[in-house]
Amino acid sequence: MNINLTMIGQAISFALFVWFCMKFVWPPLTQVMRDRQKQIANGLEKAALAEKQLEAANSSAATELEEAKQQAAELITQARNRANQIVEEAKQQASDEADRIKAGAQAEIDQEINRAREQLRARVGELAIEGAEKILETSVDRGAHQQMLDKLAAQL
Amino acid sequence: MASGGEQTTSEYIRHHLQNLVYGQHSDGSWGFAGSAEEAEQMGFWAIHVDTMFWSISLGMVFLWTFIAGAKRATSGVPGGLQNFCEMAVEFVDDTVRGVFGNRQNDLIAPLSLTIVIWVFLMNLMDLVPVDFVPQAFHAMGVPYWKIVPTTDPNVTLGMSVSVFFLVLFYNFRIKGPIGFGKRMVTHPIPHWSMYPFNFVLETVDMLAKPLSHGLRLFGNLYAAEVIFILIAAMLPFYLQWTLSLPWAIFHILVIPLQSFIFMVLTIVYLAQAHETDEHH
Repeated sequence: MNINLTMIGQAISFALFVWFCMKFVWPPLTQVMRDRQKQIANGLEKAALAEKQLEAANSSAATELEEAKQQAAELITQARNRANQIVEEAKQQASDEADRIKAGAQAEIDQEINRAREQLRARVGELAIEGAEKILETSVDRGAHQQMLDKLAAQL
Repeated sequence: MASGGEQTTSEYIRHHLQNLVYGQHSDGSWGFAGSAEEAEQMGFWAIHVDTMFWSISLGMVFLWTFIAGAKRATSGVPGGLQNFCEMAVEFVDDTVRGVFGNRQNDLIAPLSLTIVIWVFLMNLMDLVPVDFVPQAFHAMGVPYWKIVPTTDPNVTLGMSVSVFFLVLFYNFRIKGPIGFGKRMVTHPIPHWSMYPFNFVLETVDMLAKPLSHGLRLFGNLYAAEVIFILIAAMLPFYLQWTLSLPWAIFHILVIPLQSFIFMVLTIVYLAQAHETDEHH
């Protein structure tokens, strides 16, 4: 075993081989590693983004639902108020109508009473005189008793 | 060639292909073999210290790298080490899924990862100039020191025989002794008169698998190493790079390819062991 120039020859080829690897072998390998890292990073980023979007969508859905509920409640209150109002108005109208009809009927009744009274009044004198004639069997002077008869009729 | 003096080319080559052997000398004492003849006399009960050292060290490198990668793992964007580990695991997982299918087996993917990375690291030692480490160890008084464990058939056959035992184990476990025996006699010709013939054929096929599995890896790496040594031994130092550089660049392809082939064959053999008759 002797150390000689063979060592240097091997050192030369080893140095050249290392240079070759640095130049042509290592870059593509590291490129593959970097690509893989980038791919994973992209994937994770996308996943995080999707999660964030989902969260945003969930919260916006919740607010919208809340708003819709509020609107619905408002609408219901409005409708109830309107219904009450309508019922009140209808009641008012009905009672007005009833009053009006009642008043009309009352007026008619009064009129009828008055007419009956007038007729009675017109006929009471005659009936009294007829009755008196029959009692006295005599004719009574209409003119002379007119005043008394009128007084009688007015008392009715 | 422990002492100085002129060294012939064939001595140089033989020296570089000799492992450091620890075993029993012919006089009964234990120690390192000082020459190839001594190493041969030690027989079976001897160990290649350099092979053991490098294979275990490189196994440790693999384990520590991946443990560190796993410990620092985050679910976010992976850093350099985690990224590398994830790519390796993903690659092995894809290959296992492709060959082995979706059968239930918790062993095969980790086994494949270990094999591919370990063999890759052991092959990678091939690119270290052939004189650097042996010269350094020689300066420290160690007579022989090979640094590429996969150029030692003990390593490659040790791995392939381990895989072979796993294949036998799964054959018995999945098919059962009767199913396995039946498979050994009914393939490839399912006729009773051909059963003995089938059995011989299947046995040869079975035993050839670990042999070809281990020798393929060994042969490729051993040849590569021999050529590196030849270049270093035959050419003047200022011309060595003209051949050793292209050869090294070619091994950027061979080294991962051979470790990948070793892993894929392991998966294929284990997948075959998991096959039941319904698949035929």
